[in-house]
Amino acid sequence: MKNLRTLEFDGLIVGGGGAGLRAGLQLAESGYKTAVLSKVFPTRSHTVSAQGGITCAIASEDPDDDWRWHMYDTVKGSDYIGDQDAIEYMCSVGPQVVYELEHMGLPFSRTESGRIYQRPFGGQSKDFGRGGQASRTCAAEDRTGHALLHTLYQANVKANTTFLSEWFAVDLVTNQDGTVVGVVAIFVETGEIVFVKSKVTLLATGGAGRIYDSTTNALTNTGDGVAMALRAGVPVQDIEMWQFHPTGIHGMGILVTEGSRGEGGYLVNCDGERFMERYAPTAKDLASRDVVSRSMVIEVDEGRGCGPNKDHVYLKLDHLGTEVLNSRLSGIMELCKTYALVDPAVDPIPVVPTCHYMMGGIATQVSGQALSQDEQTNDVPVQGLYAVGEVACVSVHGANRLGGNSLLDLVVFGRAAGLHIQDVLSQGVSQRSASDSDLEAALSRISRWENSQSGENPADLRAELQALMGSSYSVFRTEEKMRDAISKLEDLRTRIESAFLEDKSEVFNTARVEAMELDNLLEVAEATAIAAEGRRESRGAHARVDFENRDDENWLCHSLYFAEDRSLRKRAVNFAPSIVEPFEPTKREY
Amino acid sequence: MQVSIYRYIPGKDTEPRMQHYDYVLPDDRDLMVLEVLEDLKAKDPSIGYRRSCREGVCGSDGMSINGRNGLACKTPVSEAISRDKLMLRPLPGLPVIRDLIVDMSQFYRQYERVDPFLKNDTAKPAQERLQSQEDRKKLDGLYECILCACCTTSCPSFWWNPDKFLGPAALLQSYRFLADSRDTATEERLSKLDDPFSVFRCRGVMNCVNACPKDLNPTKAINEIRTLLVKNGT
Repeated sequence: MKNLRTLEFDGLIVGGGGAGLRAGLQLAESGYKTAVLSKVFPTRSHTVSAQGGITCAIASEDPDDDWRWHMYDTVKGSDYIGDQDAIEYMCSVGPQVVYELEHMGLPFSRTESGRIYQRPFGGQSKDFGRGGQASRTCAAEDRTGHALLHTLYQANVKANTTFLSEWFAVDLVTNQDGTVVGVVAIFVETGEIVFVKSKVTLLATGGAGRIYDSTTNALTNTGDGVAMALRAGVPVQDIEMWQFHPTGIHGMGILVTEGSRGEGGYLVNCDGERFMERYAPTAKDLASRDVVSRSMVIEVDEGRGCGPNKDHVYLKLDHLGTEVLNSRLSGIMELCKTYALVDPAVDPIPVVPTCHYMMGGIATQVSGQALSQDEQTNDVPVQGLYAVGEVACVSVHGANRLGGNSLLDLVVFGRAAGLHIQDVLSQGVSQRSASDSDLEAALSRISRWENSQSGENPADLRAELQALMGSSYSVFRTEEKMRDAISKLEDLRTRIESAFLEDKSEVFNTARVEAMELDNLLEVAEATAIAAEGRRESRGAHARVDFENRDDENWLCHSLYFAEDRSLRKRAVNFAPSIVEPFEPTKREY
Repeated sequence: MQVSIYRYIPGKDTEPRMQHYDYVLPDDRDLMVLEVLEDLKAKDPSIGYRRSCREGVCGSDGMSINGRNGLACKTPVSEAISRDKLMLRPLPGLPVIRDLIVDMSQFYRQYERVDPFLKNDTAKPAQERLQSQEDRKKLDGLYECILCACCTTSCPSFWWNPDKFLGPAALLQSYRFLADSRDTATEERLSKLDDPFSVFRCRGVMNCVNACPKDLNPTKAINEIRTLLVKNGT
């Protein structure tokens, strides 16, 4: 296109959080012409909010710790639809990747012997579930995400990575052979629209927790990468699987780390009863997140909630003493005092299960290569497209992610994708071209908003969508509500497609960005709605009132959602790790 | 409450202006300034500001709130409000791009100038480098910086010499690596700072300490660097 400025790279990374920065570092060090494009300055990315730590068997707290135990816990945590080849890779490569972070300067907390401090987290065990609670989560106090993100950004500064900061990726550009050849993006500061062309495009855009009204996620977590993929005809996997973190501050959605329970905190109901003992006799408050969240909702539903409306439970930390609180949970102390007006050293914290993490995403190989499926249900790579981190579903989290595994996922697979792309580029990939009509397809969303003359306000529509998802797709799901929500989402689509962008100014137009984010939220919400209705069983975070049990006969598989015909297909789970024997599905108890 | 917001949209406004909005505060709870902004933006989407985490850790929404630099998401209206008025202006001392959004390039350049990454020329061990709890403690109060620029843009020495004085945020980062027992580039780092401006333009006004939304103390870090420089020079 004549008037469209074009930038060209060997590798383009969309997203500057933990996964994008780790991949960017690998590629920058390789010498290939690489750019990290991010809608916010990289250290503003949501990785910064991760608190408790990064789980990895570095055998600091327990010299006998073994990555195979971590693998077992992760497979069990996933309710057996995590891919075992990917989980094996993550858990076995993990220690090396964590040491690399330490060498880059990550300020981990330390043990008395000077090694990296590790704390207990939910769903962790020794000896394949037989040896009791493990302490496997490496921590920098309760600011591990902040420490990790800043360290990775610093390493990229050192490596001279090219950043396109405050650039908003609008859509993937796919050519006639189905190869992804880059993205159309807006340089937000000037409003200029640019074709960022690349031999390889890696999506590392993070999650989409903002489809819900109550979420621990940043305001920027709008599922941009998932939506771009869906619009480009790439399916998403297990998108019905949304994690509700047990301890979001009531009314605020702000996260209180699971590490607070790891350090000895526990939940109580209005009778002061430590109710998790009833639901998970062994692991108690450190059962898996899906288990704890469901237990909390049951307590509230059965009238044992706390507060004037009996709509939350309490997280008790005061017995830990100010020394532990100030040295290991100082970030939580600050957050609670500021946002809940509670001093955890004195009073319990009011908490509710809050949307936290998207287990689903773009299906990929261990290398980050994005996958689709042909008519015979064979995996087919999407040429030119990769995905890592929360936007991807490699899948190491399956139906329920364990705490501390997301940071590990980011760095292990960010690095793996970087290494793989480096390899691919060294084999001499040529830049594929895009025609004017390919570009026009990617530009169509911009034109739609620019040409809007009247219609509803995007902010109102966004609030409506979030409330709908919150009421219909939270911890427990019912057929009736889901069907109703699917038809309401259809109506919302019509209204969003004719909504009005009032501000059409060029310079740093955040209204334009938010309008396009609304399109993205809608794509993710609809995919979630249809996939959740389609999976007729309860597994991990997906709990259905009408299908209470896990159904391994029909659903020990991934779901794969295609947006163009709104269809849901199945994809096999990988049960073929290369080093250990596979872990067979058994009843999941904590 | 009346909220007055600094408005300037290049290509639309010929010069900056203050725009006034009426806002009814709820009776039952306090709000953060960001929540007020989000409500106003839902009605007037043209108001420009940065925001992301809304919990005081990403550092996006630094701005001048009734004359004091702070994070909008971490400043309760009750603490900032004065005579029923809330005045929101961009961070001082940096060029305005639009409304409450400033050009942070200068600030990031200063950060990059202190080599904000660990330098260690010894061979990497197979595992982590060991660090005692005591040595790790020296990083507390330093590594938590969120790069919001509230401190640097409140500093008169930065306003006068933005090109030569590194400013409190960059110097805090500089000391974060000087204080790290794993970093072996102390001499090199100090020699880069040893001129009349980079560090010594700090006049100890301590605006940075008042402005920091994370309760960090850049002045203390700067004094530590001064001490190291003086020791190094003798």
